Amino acid sequence: MRRALKIAPAILSLVGFGICPLFADAYALDLLSKTFVLAIFALSLELLVGQTGLVSLGHGAFMALGAYASAAMLRTSDPRSFLLVMIAAMAAAGAYALPVAALSLRVRGMYFIMVTLAFAQLVYYVFHDTKIADGSDGTYLGAAPRISLGGAPLFDVTRSLPFYVVSLTVLIAVWVFLALLARSRFGSALAGIRINEQRMRAAGFQTTSYKVAAFVLAGMIAGLAGFLKASKDGYVNPALASWHQSGAVLVMIVFGGVGRLAGAVTGAFAFVFLEELYKSEALFGGAAKRWQLMFGLTIIAGVLLLPKGLVGLPDRLRRLARERAKVHA
Amino acid sequence: MGGVGFLIQCLNAVQYGLLLFLVASGLTLVFGAMGVINLAHGSFYMVGAYLAYALAPWIGAHVQIGSLHGGFFATLAVGLLLSIAFGYALEWAFFSLLYEREHLQQVLMTYALILVLEELRSVLVGDDVHGVPVPAWLAGAVPIGGLLTYPVYRLFLSGVCLLVALGLYLLLSRTRLGMAIRAGASNREMTQALGLDIRLLNRLVFAGGVALAVLAGMLAAPVSSVYPGMDGQVLILSFVVVVIGGIGSVRGAFVAALLVGAVDAFGAVFFPQAAGVLVYVVMAAVLLLKPEGLFRHA
Repeated sequence: MRRALKIAPAILSLVGFGICPLFADAYALDLLSKTFVLAIFALSLELLVGQTGLVSLGHGAFMALGAYASAAMLRTSDPRSFLLVMIAAMAAAGAYALPVAALSLRVRGMYFIMVTLAFAQLVYYVFHDTKIADGSDGTYLGAAPRISLGGAPLFDVTRSLPFYVVSLTVLIAVWVFLALLARSRFGSALAGIRINEQRMRAAGFQTTSYKVAAFVLAGMIAGLAGFLKASKDGYVNPALASWHQSGAVLVMIVFGGVGRLAGAVTGAFAFVFLEELYKSEALFGGAAKRWQLMFGLTIIAGVLLLPKGLVGLPDRLRRLARERAKVHA
Repeated sequence: MGGVGFLIQCLNAVQYGLLLFLVASGLTLVFGAMGVINLAHGSFYMVGAYLAYALAPWIGAHVQIGSLHGGFFATLAVGLLLSIAFGYALEWAFFSLLYEREHLQQVLMTYALILVLEELRSVLVGDDVHGVPVPAWLAGAVPIGGLLTYPVYRLFLSGVCLLVALGLYLLLSRTRLGMAIRAGASNREMTQALGLDIRLLNRLVFAGGVALAVLAGMLAAPVSSVYPGMDGQVLILSFVVVVIGGIGSVRGAFVAALLVGAVDAFGAVFFPQAAGVLVYVVMAAVLLLKPEGLFRHA
């Protein structure tokens, strides 16, 4: 019964998203798909921050690398297979994540935060200052990746409904994969490192290799998110690697609740929802242009009032109710 | 590049490095003393530049001290006083909530503070690029090697930064206050047990850090002009400086800032394509050799 209660929100939202296309217009579908891609990106960082205890402030770089690798694969107008481009994007992100992990995992704490940030800036400036992909303007994709069945293209992934289905499918796949990973021996080792690294090392674990593996895996999943984003948008630009992007995704997972996969996904949804809410001129009129102000204040209040994030809210309310009941009894 | 061109690049490198030091020293002090990672530190630099822009017509034009045009110094002084008050209030209202929290939450809250300050800047001053005039008595240029010249203001800027660096060194190493700050940084509880008011100390360190960043912004405004987003670049480079120098070490920040300034200035000449990247390559190299930075002390 309790288990059923626990997975009920996931089942309900799945059903909800399943029937969404029946009544949502293209704009709503695009907004939802954008959120799905952000959720995949947030999940990849959750693997690092929540599961392994490594706070990275440079995660945007891997999303950008995935996106740019996709753009490189699709530079000309002949389409390539969805799977092939996806693998290339993940490989590119992973290939950069490996040396970054090896270098930045030599340090910890605040140093780690700043070193990951600096390595992300490196990517930003490479794309921004060199002519590799048209510099600061970014570059367009020549074609969309193609999903085909028996040689014939199945559908155009850049259109709203197909992309909605594809991104939702990938999101579910990533979520399930990470949930299984957390239950595996590897996942338990990561949890052990998060809680007490010294004890894990004393128990004979090569903790550094575990952390490098987690970092590379997180980078690859971020690359996957970048691939999806590039496929949908049809262009890539250096802003993907900017530290604002890396900061925003950290905000998502903390706001949603660190330590739980559902937190990352909830955070991505809350992030997009709040942004759309504060930007809405119907609700806030002229103040909508100043949405960042409200947004920033909401984040501050959220962190102060909800230390366990949005997903910790039900628990918190229940505890409050119980305490109140005790007082009255 | 001839000898004179080289000299000019050297002067640019030193000037940029010293400016970075002003920003980074505040960042590293706050790290060292309070263990707070402050993403909004670059925004204080931006606040400084906008203060210089906003105050110049008010104060700059009206104050005359003897035969010297004191307007520029009066602007600096007012800006510094405002920034100390601002830093003091911000520590009291906001940053003191962060000390006991994890780095992750600190990153988040200071990230949010950037958004708030950025939007307030947009509301108050707008999003245009503004120039700030160089004070008239510093507007000239000194001839170097016959053909080329170098602006006096940049030399003045380097001089002021050097004076501040010297003052900071003396304050930290030779005064009771400096001793208390260092004691607080190395052992918080013990310092408190000895009867020092650590909260007041924190507030002073934080206000000082804000003042340093604001001063850097005010001094830089006539050279770099004032524009939205000017905080980002400086923030990240200050982080690089702090990492290379060793967190908490002001001496390390000084050496690292000059190094970063040199890499940036000469990189722009010799490898224009890779100029933005070089600094990070240097940082990676330092980390490979000394993971805790050049001057990490216990």
